[in-house]
Amino acid sequence: MSKVRIAQLSCGPEYSGVQKEIEEAAASVDAEIFFPDIKLADIRSSFQEFGLDVRSPDLKLAIARAKALVEGRVDADAVFIATCFRCAEAAIVRNELRRYIHEHSRLPVVSYSFTERTTSGTLLTRMEALTTIARRRALLAREVQEGLTLGVDSGSSTTKAVVMQDNRIVGTGWLPTTGVLQSAEDAIALALKEAGVKREDIMATGTTGYGRFLVGEKIGAQLIQEELTVNSKGAVYLADTQHGPATVIDIGGMDNKAISVQDGIPGTFTMGGICAGASGRFLEMTAKRLGVDITELGPLAMKGLSRKVPMNSYCIVFGTQSLVNALAAGSTPEDVAAAACHSVAEQVFEQQLQEVDIREPVLMVGGTSLIQGLVKAMGDLLQTEIVVPHHSQYIGAVGTALLSSGFIKGE
Amino acid sequence: MVKVFIYPTTSLILSDLVARFGHTPLSAAIEIRERIQTPGLESPPLQITPEEPKVGLRWAAVEVPSGVRGRMSLYGPMVDQAEAAIIVNDADFSFGCMGCARTNELIKYLLHKKGIPILDLNYPRTEDEGEEFVAAIRKFLEGLGGSP
Repeated sequence: MSKVRIAQLSCGPEYSGVQKEIEEAAASVDAEIFFPDIKLADIRSSFQEFGLDVRSPDLKLAIARAKALVEGRVDADAVFIATCFRCAEAAIVRNELRRYIHEHSRLPVVSYSFTERTTSGTLLTRMEALTTIARRRALLAREVQEGLTLGVDSGSSTTKAVVMQDNRIVGTGWLPTTGVLQSAEDAIALALKEAGVKREDIMATGTTGYGRFLVGEKIGAQLIQEELTVNSKGAVYLADTQHGPATVIDIGGMDNKAISVQDGIPGTFTMGGICAGASGRFLEMTAKRLGVDITELGPLAMKGLSRKVPMNSYCIVFGTQSLVNALAAGSTPEDVAAAACHSVAEQVFEQQLQEVDIREPVLMVGGTSLIQGLVKAMGDLLQTEIVVPHHSQYIGAVGTALLSSGFIKGE
Repeated sequence: MVKVFIYPTTSLILSDLVARFGHTPLSAAIEIRERIQTPGLESPPLQITPEEPKVGLRWAAVEVPSGVRGRMSLYGPMVDQAEAAIIVNDADFSFGCMGCARTNELIKYLLHKKGIPILDLNYPRTEDEGEEFVAAIRKFLEGLGGSP
């Protein structure tokens, strides 16, 4: 299998000491990073044509390289745009180049702002998604589940398993992740039991999530795939929006994903979270502090008014401080729950949704999509009706079960 | 003999001129090629590690982007040593180039703040300007003392 060639458009990675990390992350998914070959003499004219009058020459170079890719003067399978975190000029260029490439080519693109602390591990899932989109377009084009398949999503907070048969979900298992392998085994057992089938009857298996490699190896999965492509696929499949554009938002236990999808295949995506304050983990903490189960947080938030409680969950410590202060000042649990949901939605909106083009329908998936207050807060911010598909908490498992059926006939 | 900081630090022409007048050029010996196949225009030949941006904290605070601090770990010590400087603004890429505008602003500021002799001039666009450009540099370097 030939290597996936990822074109790098960047400013500052070599001086930040992270170029090696970028290359390592790409190599670990059998891809190679390359820098589109540009004539020095062409840089000025290219960036002038683009029309964004930036000062930094390396950003001008990035613009010239993007034009070369879009105009087909340089071949690539995918694009990785990387600039220094906290550089405003670079952030503008990063965003505009991402949009420009997305609108004018079929190249999958991901952008990232790094610090000197960025490691190859942080970049792995993004690189894996880029290579999956480039390498497995045929597999991702699958729209119907066939046979009897099992999908496992080994997430940072919970482990989910789904058994699918002839395009229907016939068994589910859901458990908090404790031991990665044990939780997966237990979730699989639950799903098989509900489906009324035996392990040996399963015709193909797929895994996703943080524990995908460990679990995938253990259960002999045919498909081990990152959650960005899998969740996109699962989301549009369950929402029955497999054709045309869609935006998928997954506020996870440890990080968040925002994915702009076209015909079920991610075009641009962001993944991350400044800290757990902008993730489902903060909502878990809020529920705990309010003395309610996480499943009760959503209905509670629906009864409250978020604007009554100032809360900023940018950092989980400060967010919790706001929460404690609000309760001590006499705020109602309903208002606090609503404020927590609004705060998380606001962080995702500000930190991530600015980096993808929001195209309707907007689908919210993952466990947090069951928290109605969070879905409402996101809908208010985006001023759109958010779609939460059935079985949305099983999205990764459904996506892998769907895609792994492609392996039954050895696709 | 004077240590002369040159800007852009990658300019081989400036570096050569300074050396011809018997001074020591403070420059980054990075060849600017006709085609760019490295991450940036002035990508360093040496392997920079994540430690360099931390070294750069001496010249730029932690909220400054890591690329600026990484560059300052190389250029900062040169600014510290500089006894004079030649700054060529808006130079053609082929003359010499530094990739980050924020680093460039900081370097120029730090040089001016030192109070050392500085020749600050624009890159020539015509032949006449070119002659004036070279003459101004020659005069500046001669004025610094030392023998060619």
